This record gives sequence, C-alpha cells and structure tokens, in this order.
Amino acid sequence: MSSRILPIMKKEFIEVWRDPRSLGFILVMPVMMLFLYGYGISSDVKRVPLVVYDRDGRPPARELVNRFTSTDYFVVTARAESLRDLRSAIDRGQAKVGLVIPEDFSRNLGAGRPAPIQFVVDGSDSNTASIAIGNIASIGKSLETTPQDLRPHALIVPRMDLLLPIELRTWVWYNPELKSANFLIPGLTAVILMMLAALLTSLTVAREWERGTMESLIASPLHPYELMVGKILPYVVIGLVCVVFILLAAVFWFRVPLRGSLVLLTASSTIFLLGALGIGLFISAATKNQQVAFQLPILVTMLPALLLSGFFYPIENMPPILQAITAIIPARYFLVIIRGIFLKGVGLAILWKELLFLGAFALLMLIASSAKFQKRLG
Amino acid sequence: MSADLAIQVTDLSKRFGKFVAVDRVSFEVRRGEVFGFLGPNGSGKSTTIRMLCGILLPSSGVGRVAGYDVAREPEQVRQNIGYMSQKFSLYEELTVQENLDFFAGIYGLPASQAATRREEVLSMGGLSGERDALTRDLPGGLRQRLAIACAVIHRPPVLFLDEPTAGVDPISRREFWELIRTMAAAGTAILVTTHYMDEAEQCRTLAFIYQGRIIASGPPARLKANLQGCLLEVQVAPGALMPALQALQTYPEAGDVAMFGAALHVTLASRQSVPALRAFLQAKGIAGAQTDTIVPSLEDVFVSLVTREAEA
Repeated sequence: MSSRILPIMKKEFIEVWRDPRSLGFILVMPVMMLFLYGYGISSDVKRVPLVVYDRDGRPPARELVNRFTSTDYFVVTARAESLRDLRSAIDRGQAKVGLVIPEDFSRNLGAGRPAPIQFVVDGSDSNTASIAIGNIASIGKSLETTPQDLRPHALIVPRMDLLLPIELRTWVWYNPELKSANFLIPGLTAVILMMLAALLTSLTVAREWERGTMESLIASPLHPYELMVGKILPYVVIGLVCVVFILLAAVFWFRVPLRGSLVLLTASSTIFLLGALGIGLFISAATKNQQVAFQLPILVTMLPALLLSGFFYPIENMPPILQAITAIIPARYFLVIIRGIFLKGVGLAILWKELLFLGAFALLMLIASSAKFQKRLG
Repeated sequence: MSADLAIQVTDLSKRFGKFVAVDRVSFEVRRGEVFGFLGPNGSGKSTTIRMLCGILLPSSGVGRVAGYDVAREPEQVRQNIGYMSQKFSLYEELTVQENLDFFAGIYGLPASQAATRREEVLSMGGLSGERDALTRDLPGGLRQRLAIACAVIHRPPVLFLDEPTAGVDPISRREFWELIRTMAAAGTAILVTTHYMDEAEQCRTLAFIYQGRIIASGPPARLKANLQGCLLEVQVAPGALMPALQALQTYPEAGDVAMFGAALHVTLASRQSVPALRAFLQAKGIAGAQTDTIVPSLEDVFVSLVTREAEA
C-alpha cells in the first residue's frame, strides 16, 4: 500500500472520532432506523378487530367465535344486530373483518350438513386484508379437521373454502412461524448499510471542498486513487462497527435466528460496504456541492434498496423493465446473501455469484470515482 | 530556462466562457525572490496562482514552475511547490502537530525526516508551544503560521501564498513577513498576492494586476520613480474636501485626483503648474488650500495606473 494512504486514513479516523455529531450519527442512526422500520413495517397482522353478527346465538355459534378470537389473530370489537350495523362498524373503522353467522348454523351442524358462515373483509387496506383472509382460511381449516368441541355437529365450511378431494398440508421452511421480523430485519440491514455508507463517504469529500482543504490536497502530489482508498478504508471499519450493532440487535432483540456462518456474513458485509461507500465517493467526486452530496446518496441508494431490492416487493412480481433494473442494484444481491445466511444457513457454494457481483461492483465504483475525481478545478 | 529561474510565465491566459480572468500575463521569479501580485479583488491573482499550482488548466500561454510545464507536467510541479490557499485550509479537528504530520505524509516524507522537519517548521512558526492545541481553537495569526508551516514542510523550492495575511492582525502580519523574508533568504522563490500596500513594499518585485492584465511591474522603488510628473498633496478645510475634489477633476492640468484620508492627491505634469492650480482653486471658491509636493507611495502609483487603465 502506498505510504500516502495511511496519513489520510489516520486523519479520517481522528476527524470522525473528534466530531461528536458524526460519531453519534454513525453509531445511533443505524440502530434507530432498525427499530423504527423493524416495528413500523412489520407485516404481522395480529389482533384484527372483528365485528360479529350472530343470528344464531346458540352455544355452537358462540364456540365458533371463540375459536377465532382465542388465536390472538382476531379480537371482537363490536357486536352487530343487523347487516347494516356490521357495515357501519367496518365503515367507521371499528372493525376490519365482519363475521355473519346464519340463523340455521347450529341446526345445519347438528344435522351433519355443511354449515356456511360469511366473512366480510375490509379491502381498503389490501395488505391487512389478504393476511386476515389467510388467517381465516387456516383457522377454518383447523375447524374442519379438529372440530372437537363442535362435535357431534360435524362440518363447518367457511365460505371461501372449497371442500377439496385431496388434503393440502403446507410445510413452511426456514421461517415456520412466518414471523415478519425474520424476513424484514436482515433486509433492513442491507437498506440501512447501503444508505449510511453512501452518505458517509459522500459527506467526507464534500466537507473537504467546503473547507477549502481539497484545494491543498489537489495541489499536493497525492494520486486520486490514494485519496479514494484512504477515504474508503476507515469507513469500512466504521461500517463494520455498525454491522455489529445491527447484528446484535437483530439476534438478541428481534430474535432473528442466525443459522449460517458469521465469518461469511462479515466478509460479505465488508464487500457490500465497499460498493456502497464507492457510490458515495463517486457522487462526491462528481459534485462539489454539500447539499447534493447529502441528498443524492439517499435518493440513489435508499429508494432502490427499499423498493427494487426485493425487500418490500418480490422481484418476480415486478414488470419486466423494473426486473431488469434490479439486476444492477447491489442491495438486491446482498439481500439474497444476508437472508440466505440468516435464515437458510447456506454458504459460499450457493452465494458465490452474488458475492462476485458485489465485489465487481465495489471495484468498478472505486475505479470510476478515481477516474472521475479530477485534480483540476476547471 | 536558467537554473536561477523558479517561475517563468509567458502570455498565460485563462478564460471562463467569455470572461477573460487572466489576460496574457508574463513575468519571471528567481530563486530567493519575493514576487508580489498586487491588485483589487477579482483581478485574476488567485486564478494565476491556481494555474501555476497545476490545479487550473491554462487556456493559453506557458507557465513553468521549477522547470516543469504547469499544463503538461502538473504532478512534477506539485512535487516542487508549497501552496497556501486563501482560506487557511487546515483540518479543524486535528491538532497542530497532527496537521503537520498529515501534510508531511501526503507529500511522502519518510518518517525520520518528517519528525525533523516538523520540529523545524514548528519552531520557525513559533508554534512549538501549541503542538497539541486543536486547530479549531487557534487564533487567526497562529492558524496562518500553521498553514504556511504545512505548506513548506516538504521544503518546496517554490512557494505560492494567496492573500496569506487576509484577516490577520497587524502584529501577526509583520511577524509573518519576517518569516517570508527568512525563507526567501534561504533560496525559496515566493509568489505572494496581497492588497495591503505596506506588504507590497516588502516585495523585491511587484506586478500590478488589473482586470486580468499586468499593467506595470518592477521593484517598488522604480515603480514609484516612474510615476510621471510630480505628486501634490492638497489640504483644504474639512467641509471643502468634496467641492475641491470635484473642482480638481475638471481641472485640465491635473492628472489623477484621489482622496487620501483628509487630503487630496493630485498628479501634475511638473512642479511649475503648482501656482496655477492654487489660482484655479481660489477661483472655484476654495480658499486656504495648502499644497505640498510629496514622495509618492505605492498606493499613488496604483491609483494612477488604474485610472489611466480605466480611461484608456
């Protein structure tokens, strides 16, 4: 390594260390974001408010309601005396799901006939609605197979459920409880790292321009690549400290199982960080404006990392043109790696392609920013 | 190029779009010479220095620094220069010593040499007692000395100082010039820009730059001697200053007329015209004017040159 890189690294460390704002930013922001997003966008839909219109009123009907509320997925917030009541409860937002039990429910059950019940779901929040429907179906299924307390009244068929001649048994791998934290937290790690890293380097170069120190650096024999490398390496170390904080929070607070290799996770985080830091460098090499250096990295890293990485929306569901764009978004590859290591416990044999892409991306960014960084003012 | 020549500039120009910031400037600076660039803000001083440091590409013309072409061999130029830019660009969060070590590092000084040089420039700048102080906390004068110490830590044969004393108190300024003279005596070629006349007097050679062009250059004494005719200081009653100024501006015999404090400076073609001028003032109703012929200062020279340029 060139001897000129070392003094730059040392200087960067001192500057960060002595500036309480940037230190706080680096140490607090990632964990704060993790909690904010970790709770804010959890897709676990529990305690969905339910309005019940029980036209039957006999014990089997009450037992049916019990079955739904005992799971913690639903909680009865209103009782309706008419369909209009039920509708207004949903309109007012008092309930998201309505349950209608017909008058002849107990009678049908007793006679061994199918006993249909009706659910009305508020579709204005389609995410909650679809999850609620899934929960209704699975509870309905459990009634079908183990209607112990309802015996000998026999069969209940929720209306959306068809009686199938074959029995369907779903076995969920890797995340059997379908806990959203297990899925979200590793993804969030990618988004947060991406944004933080790009911002860090972008700001450190912009600061040199703003204080006029860049002019001294340009007038010195320093080579652009020495400046770029010297500026990136300290932030790789700082970024890894953030990774440690995030991992601790993920494993010990959000209880996300870490099934794969910690070494591989650290190594791939380092490579991912290099690329993200490179984006920041490239932006700051291309613009000398501190405002731009602050906003552009957020725009070019956070939005794609959130929306196009497969973090929120599955890439397979996107229109072909967006799918093509995701191919150049590093967060997409890191997401595969980090979810793979966390949840599936897979190793290099499976993840090497993604790692290779991240490595190539980091190298490209470094070369591009060295080339873009002109030692001329104009 | 003679071995003695540290900077050689021929017809150097810089255009930004249609605006000509530096217009065919030519001059030479020898080893051990303090060369002063004098001119108002925006006259092209900093632009010229930036071209000579290799951080701004000239539009045309040739600049050679320490024997290297600034356009084609900027890296060699950078090895041989020290540059102190207008803002004393230092790292605020670093201590005095850390700043020096940083610049020693990026100039590639070997560790053993770096420590020796650091101590040398610390004592040269009178900063030995402040080595652990944060740069942020230093007063302006010390900051400025640290900036020059950083700029010379690698012993550059050529030193560029862009308004090094802007915003520094008079005592610090005097000490700073002491430092500049010491370095020049040791053989460093120094190009310094200023708009303080007293500082300009300290340069061996001066170049007046105005609207991108050098309008006069030479040793300060010769520039003053070249001021044509004789310089007259006219003192009038306090209330009559403005009327006198306006009157003299219409007097055909008077060359340049400028206000200097509570008096007026007027150039005349010769000493013989003095009585005629007094009579003219009398006729204009300005009584009791006192006139003295005086030795021109650099400021007079500068005003005279700029007025002539503006009229031309």
